[in-house]
Amino acid sequence: MNVNVETRDSATIIQPQGDVDLASSPEFRARLQEAQEQAQSRLVIDLSSVQYMDSSGVATLVECLQRSRTDGIQLVLCQLHERVLSVFQIARLDGVFDIVATVDDALTA
Amino acid sequence: MIPSAGNSKQQARDLHVEFFSRPSYLAIIRQMVDAFSGRLGFAPAEASRICLAVDEALCNVIRHGYDSSPDGRIGLTINEPSDDHSIEFIIEDRAQQVDLDTIRSRNLEDIRPGGLGVHLIEEIMDSVNYEHRDGGGMRLTMRKRLPGEETN
Repeated sequence: MNVNVETRDSATIIQPQGDVDLASSPEFRARLQEAQEQAQSRLVIDLSSVQYMDSSGVATLVECLQRSRTDGIQLVLCQLHERVLSVFQIARLDGVFDIVATVDDALTA
Repeated sequence: MIPSAGNSKQQARDLHVEFFSRPSYLAIIRQMVDAFSGRLGFAPAEASRICLAVDEALCNVIRHGYDSSPDGRIGLTINEPSDDHSIEFIIEDRAQQVDLDTIRSRNLEDIRPGGLGVHLIEEIMDSVNYEHRDGGGMRLTMRKRLPGEETN
């Protein structure tokens, strides 16, 4: 899958594009790990270009969250489509992650 | 070929597809399930949840049943509602059989990667039934009541 990575205001912003499912989550996981190594104090995952995510994608994000907590990096998810947010809600993870509306909100959260 | 095993009720299969256990096919299956669900009147959000449940079930077959081998065969049958006003999804495989008592949701308070598939399926579908197939493999039957029939 395509994954855009940029740095802004000392935050690393990663934007995966396309469905995050069993087929694409290994690539997403690898790119996320690379971005996490670059991140200084904040890692923002912009999900605006993700229309679908299954539990393999969610597991990748949980793993990222655990590493972030260990590394002292703030992880923020933003711009979740309703369909993707629904998966977090069913899994009762919507209260575990920092989830905000926009990238700007994520940079100041 | 995945013929229905002898211990399934014999009925016409409205839509049946068989495919190899390859993750790359899941997006195609999701599109098919989404279209089928929409045609039966499910709102987009609910059709999306149904897609997720079917997708999670197929992921479990691929990862756990076939140990991520791309050469396993999976059968998906979709039956239109009949007397029970529910759409029915039947997933059959010839993978290793699993102790039925071990198929259950895990504790969600334990925040860790993985293990959410069964929970998602059970939260979304109205009924979920796992069984062993005669001759090997598993059958998962999931049902979802049509819109407007949820309280019936």
